[in-house]
Amino acid sequence: MKAPVDYLLHLADNALVLGQRNAEWCGHGPVLEEDLALANNSLDLIGQARLLYQHAASLINADPAEALRFAHLQGARQNGLITEDTLAYFRDTAEFRCHTLMELPHHGPLVGYAVSERDYAVTIARNFLVSALMVLVWDRLQTSKDAQLAAIAAKSLKEVRYHLRHASDWLVRFGDGNEESHRRAQAALDHLLPYCEAFWQPSPAEQAAAADGSGVDTATLRDHWNALVNDTLTEATLSRHDQPHAGYVAQGHVGVHSEHLGFLLAEMQSLARAHPTAIW
Amino acid sequence: MNNATPALKEWPLWEVFVRSKQGLEHKHCGSLHASDARHALQMARDVYTRRQEGVSIWVVPSTAITASEPDSKDSFFDPAADKVYRHPTFYEIPDKVGHM
Repeated sequence: MKAPVDYLLHLADNALVLGQRNAEWCGHGPVLEEDLALANNSLDLIGQARLLYQHAASLINADPAEALRFAHLQGARQNGLITEDTLAYFRDTAEFRCHTLMELPHHGPLVGYAVSERDYAVTIARNFLVSALMVLVWDRLQTSKDAQLAAIAAKSLKEVRYHLRHASDWLVRFGDGNEESHRRAQAALDHLLPYCEAFWQPSPAEQAAAADGSGVDTATLRDHWNALVNDTLTEATLSRHDQPHAGYVAQGHVGVHSEHLGFLLAEMQSLARAHPTAIW
Repeated sequence: MNNATPALKEWPLWEVFVRSKQGLEHKHCGSLHASDARHALQMARDVYTRRQEGVSIWVVPSTAITASEPDSKDSFFDPAADKVYRHPTFYEIPDKVGHM
């Protein structure tokens, strides 16, 4: 029993894109210790993405119909076969299946791109909201009918539990800190929370995985996620203004992304595309 | 890292001790700035155990440590220099004793 390829890509893209975003703090962290913490977080996420891409690549290579579907990807193949790098570095924006939340820059809406304008509150709020989901997802995926995905889940769960602890700790410090830290943490939540609505509107790939027992139906995690999030927000003296959700639901997980993903991929993929045969 | 300066001024210094494996002692491995003990522990995890260096961490406020002064080095340590008989080198240590 194997998980659907597009479901594995959804999980992998979430991890890779958030890992790439968090890596932007490398060398620019607010203090040295946080610089390292975010680099650790990124390496955990990119490690998860690698395992998932490797699994997806082997499934694609073993199935002629899937191989045909990905035949247009020619970069980083080995002996004609798709590799993890083919999937990470040679797919285009519309082929990525990450949630829109993962690709947003580290600042509120309608703010510039400069490094100096990055807001750590946005970074922490996003890591908190995503980690709260992923501790639940990986926990459930430990019993996936896809044994390899279950093994990846067991490893990832330990990592993401620490990510949640780290982000929750900072969110409480920000929310319950001074006037400015509270205001910025609240603004970050108000900006990011509506993107979480997409968690509860599964893509066809997520639905297929949930139906065959290899994936998890995220709708069943919603109450638990709300409880996790609300507990920490209460401790942080922060509030939620996202319920009931009104308006557009982000569609990144079905391939309709914000304008930010293209820039992120351009930076992340440029080396592999400029030097397709480069190796470490 | 200019914007780091205010935090480092406000946050006290902590000494970090890491035990590399069960049965061995905690060893001093460095220091860091953090706002409180929980924060210091978390930062120590990210700074000092990212390459699997440890199974346990202690953090201690640097102000809680009383250190000998460099000026008293002569009176503190030099008198021990010619007391070779204080080393347990005149005994046979059985192999079973292990770490000594």
